[in-house]
Amino acid sequence: MQYHTPGNFEDAVSIAAKADGVTRFLAGGTDVLVQLRADIVTPDVLIDIKKIDGVKDIAREGGGWRIGVAVTGAEMSEHSELEAEWPGLVEAMDLIGSTQVQGRATLVGNLCNGSPAADSVPAMFAAGASVSIIGPNGSRKVAVADIPTGPGRTSLEKDEAITAVHIPARGKNGGDAYLRFIPRTEMDIAVVGCGVNLRVDGDTISEARVSLGAVAPTVLLVQAAADAIIGTSLDDAAMDALAAAASAACNPIDDKRGTIKFRTHVAGVLARRAAKIAYDRARASK
Amino acid sequence: MSMIHVTTTVNGDEVEFLCDPRETLLDVLRDRLALTGSKEGCGTGDCGACSVTVDDRLVCSCLMLGAEAEGKSIATVEGIADGEELHPLQTKFIEYAALQCGICTPGILVATKALLEKKPDPTETEVRYWLAGNLCRCTGYDKIIRAVMDTAADLRKAS
Amino acid sequence: MGINEKITSDFKVVGTRPNRPDGVDKVTGRAKFGADAYAPGMLHAAIVRSPHAHARIVKIDTSKAEALKGVKAVVTRADFAEGLTGENWNILENVMASDTALYDGHAVAAVAATSALVARDAAKLVEIEYEQLPHVTDVDKAMAPDAPVIREGAADKSVPEGLHPNVVRYHDSGHGDVEAGFAEADLVIEDHFKTEATHQGYIEPHACLAQLGPDGKGEVWCCTQGHFNVQKVCAALVGTETSQIRVTASEIGGGFGGKTVVFIEPVALALSRKTNRPVKLVMSRSEVFRATGPTASTSMDVKIGMTKDGKITAGKGVFRLQGGAFPGAPMEFTAMCAFAPYALENVHQIGYDVMSNRPKQAAYRAPGSPMAAFAVESVIDELCNQLGLDPIEVRLKNASKQGTKASFGPKFDRIGLVETLEAAMAHPHFSAPLQPGQGRGISCGFWFNHGGETAVSLALSEDGTVALSVGTPDIGGSRASMGQIVAEELGIAYESVRTTIADTATLGYNEISHGSRVTYATGLATIKAARDVVKKLSARAAAKWGIDEEAVIWEDGCAKPAGPNAGEFEPLPLAKIARSMGRTGGPIVGHYEATPEGAGVSFATHIVDAEVDKETGQTKVVRYTVVQDAGKAIHPTYVEGQFQGGAAQGIGWALNEEYIYGEDGRLQNSIFLDYRIPVASDLPMIDTVIVEVPNPGHPYGVRGVGETSICPPLAAIANAVSNAAGVRLRELPMSPPRILEALEQQAAKG
Repeated sequence: MQYHTPGNFEDAVSIAAKADGVTRFLAGGTDVLVQLRADIVTPDVLIDIKKIDGVKDIAREGGGWRIGVAVTGAEMSEHSELEAEWPGLVEAMDLIGSTQVQGRATLVGNLCNGSPAADSVPAMFAAGASVSIIGPNGSRKVAVADIPTGPGRTSLEKDEAITAVHIPARGKNGGDAYLRFIPRTEMDIAVVGCGVNLRVDGDTISEARVSLGAVAPTVLLVQAAADAIIGTSLDDAAMDALAAAASAACNPIDDKRGTIKFRTHVAGVLARRAAKIAYDRARASK
Repeated sequence: MSMIHVTTTVNGDEVEFLCDPRETLLDVLRDRLALTGSKEGCGTGDCGACSVTVDDRLVCSCLMLGAEAEGKSIATVEGIADGEELHPLQTKFIEYAALQCGICTPGILVATKALLEKKPDPTETEVRYWLAGNLCRCTGYDKIIRAVMDTAADLRKAS
Repeated sequence: MGINEKITSDFKVVGTRPNRPDGVDKVTGRAKFGADAYAPGMLHAAIVRSPHAHARIVKIDTSKAEALKGVKAVVTRADFAEGLTGENWNILENVMASDTALYDGHAVAAVAATSALVARDAAKLVEIEYEQLPHVTDVDKAMAPDAPVIREGAADKSVPEGLHPNVVRYHDSGHGDVEAGFAEADLVIEDHFKTEATHQGYIEPHACLAQLGPDGKGEVWCCTQGHFNVQKVCAALVGTETSQIRVTASEIGGGFGGKTVVFIEPVALALSRKTNRPVKLVMSRSEVFRATGPTASTSMDVKIGMTKDGKITAGKGVFRLQGGAFPGAPMEFTAMCAFAPYALENVHQIGYDVMSNRPKQAAYRAPGSPMAAFAVESVIDELCNQLGLDPIEVRLKNASKQGTKASFGPKFDRIGLVETLEAAMAHPHFSAPLQPGQGRGISCGFWFNHGGETAVSLALSEDGTVALSVGTPDIGGSRASMGQIVAEELGIAYESVRTTIADTATLGYNEISHGSRVTYATGLATIKAARDVVKKLSARAAAKWGIDEEAVIWEDGCAKPAGPNAGEFEPLPLAKIARSMGRTGGPIVGHYEATPEGAGVSFATHIVDAEVDKETGQTKVVRYTVVQDAGKAIHPTYVEGQFQGGAAQGIGWALNEEYIYGEDGRLQNSIFLDYRIPVASDLPMIDTVIVEVPNPGHPYGVRGVGETSICPPLAAIANAVSNAAGVRLRELPMSPPRILEALEQQAAKG
């Protein structure tokens, strides 16, 4: 295995373009190293992108945020402004693994690992986040929702790398939340995850995005679930419609972490609970 | 197989080593630097027995490559005591019997020291969640949590 | 009464809570565990394991592995002893497969190389041709007529005719007439229960460093609960003589029964013999889960009859235990423990030991007993609920006492079940109000405890300190309690005792640290060895004073004349006798070797409050209290630690831990991410009450405490969850999907 520490993204993707065999970019390594150790993926070329300028920065961008690709969960949780605006996103990231994993794990790593159960991804879907991608033909900006294509797969080419995550401006009267179900209180992979991001006009929800994790081959953005609560004050009927839409969107599998039936049911439960939190946050915000 | 030359600081001392790019920081600490206090309980970041701090950030040394240690400052369990003076956490762990077999103890001490430096007055719940990535199979955590809470109280009084 | 038979009840050191002697080593990272040993010229080994649940090994081609730079040797079954029989054959077959891989993870070959990375790479280059065979991993399916046969002829004579060849042992015991008993009952409940296999989950993977030279002399350093057993088994498996292999037990990072078994040491020895270099072999976590012993999984039927006023009229249980691809599932313990807490006139228990394509089960803390308690205590709880009776009063009414004919045969001596029930009833937890959504469960539990072969040695130093050598690895703080015992007997400071786990060349045979035997048996041997030293010290004093040895007594660390008739002499302290021992007859060493058989049985009662989220099926244990009879607690803090640890492991077993096999017979959750042991944020503080009903078979009254603590939790939590959810849970783990399923079925029934 070759190990590279390029000083800029152009060099990074150039190494990737020329590499033979399996290439992996290394940021926090909390998935890459596990796969290496378990003989699941042994990269031939490992490109550590942490020496690149700016990858550890959380910076204002327009009214929103630009988050560097090597920013860890712990660093996000310690950023009080980011947390105040996007508590759901920060909490989602914070749910991943232990305190130790938080010291290394990154949003982009979570996204590129391609797991439908990744906690931060439904939160990014709900937030409407996007990423900048660099490749041999230059740069482009893509919605996070367009990155995952299947379990362990993304729309990124082998010689492309994500250079930053962009979180939109919070705007007025908005709130987000992310909840997941795990059997223990910590350390598990989500059996179901649900992100809700919404805006209110008075008591009425004017905009909403609802996402689900671990219930389909990729994280889902569920328009029907959002539609169920837009224009409502999250009354019981809206909650029921939301839960039904969330469950209806599920296309899960039976596996060691949960059953189809369980996941489908719990998706509805979490949608209700996450929507309530997001709604309360939106109404409390200025 | 080309080895990588790394210069880093471990417990305040500058060290150099050569490692295979696939070797983890834990492999390097144990097999190349003879610092066997950090333990491998899982190799997948699930047990915390290999906990160290890197530039004061708590991490699993099994989830970091040795090559990534270049230019960093690493602290392990071997550096917790100040010469013959045990750290208050170490004294309290013995006094409370916060260990039975002791294999998880190095990781738990590194993790709790990092917690108390960040947050001197944690609640019981905060201690439990902070330590959720440090598995202990012997104690049921009860005496560990009590030892940490009591150390924190003592340290607050002393400061 | 001679000094050797003295019963002590007035203690100075025993019952206090001194710091453990290995404390500083363990908080500084200095303590050397299994994987912490290194030797000059050492090679690293890796094991090649079967990816199939059941497959004939057609061909093993090691040429590519051997050609890799840095590889020094590859071993297969051909490199081990031939002609073994009985359990040695079973162990070898498990350590290294011969012609058939019997479970996912079964060792098939091993490699030694100059680094761990090269060894792992080489293991991947060993080419094995398999012919897959039909497999079975479920206990009930393994007994069904169409189940594939794991191994013809594995059954012993106990098995009645007509059963599937996978049923390899059978147990039938009891007394009275259960049918007549059921006829007397006002309510009879019969129910079916299942429990999945769980792993001991010690955080330290198996590890060893071994050397075996062409002279047949070997050395092994390893983490084990019993290094004398490792010595015996290794010698047999590599075909050398027991005494030629010296085994040193490292510090052990948890065992709970799982490190009573030999897995890797013979492999490292075989590789060392082939290379004439020391070989280190460390399992990965995944190997620990796939190839070392989990518990048996079970399928159980329990039927109990009760009168309206709470008297149990009869109990019957059928216990089917799957123990992997070898005989040995502890079904007789399950059967014998099931009804042990209760004085029953009519009781009948049947056990089946069933083989399947899973790893060979290993002991796990009171092997077999927790599952039995889960089934029996669940039925008792249901009877209490339906008859409107208090669960503790019913248990008190039926509790076994001194003189009760136990469900497994003999009469109980002095036991402390009633005392634990009374203490539980008096505990504030039992009467504390519950919050909405919460339920309370209680359960009793029983374990036999064990004595076993034991040898210790106690050597006096000229400065008046002593070195105690024991042969039972310290798995829970036993060096502290042994030090207390020596200090108590000799009347010296606790700090003046240094306790060492001696290697196999230093002491006579010591049975494994299992069966909750160390504080009882090694403790008893230590008392006797100390009394041997006292006798020798007294003899020196007698000689100095010119009086009879019988005229000297030992008190407060000094030899004293027994009374006025013995003469007037200044008390002679131990330190003074020690200082002159070279001139007064030479070294003073006490020792004791025996197989003590008076291990007192132990009972516990647990109280649990659990909260169930009925929308998601998630359970939170909100309050937990352990009440257990310790006989006499030598070091109460470490006794509490055993109580708490057993309860925590029981919580994991009850709620989340399980072996999950796919249709392909492969283990799907072989890492801690998916084998979900309790983490710190899952648990509440675990309250403890130490009951002390002295064991008549021990000079201080000690009973073993390590295992009984895991017997009640499965049932206590199941009862709490069932009471919180309003529906009976009959299958472990009570995972969220299972709880939701049960709630749904309940709702469908109306």
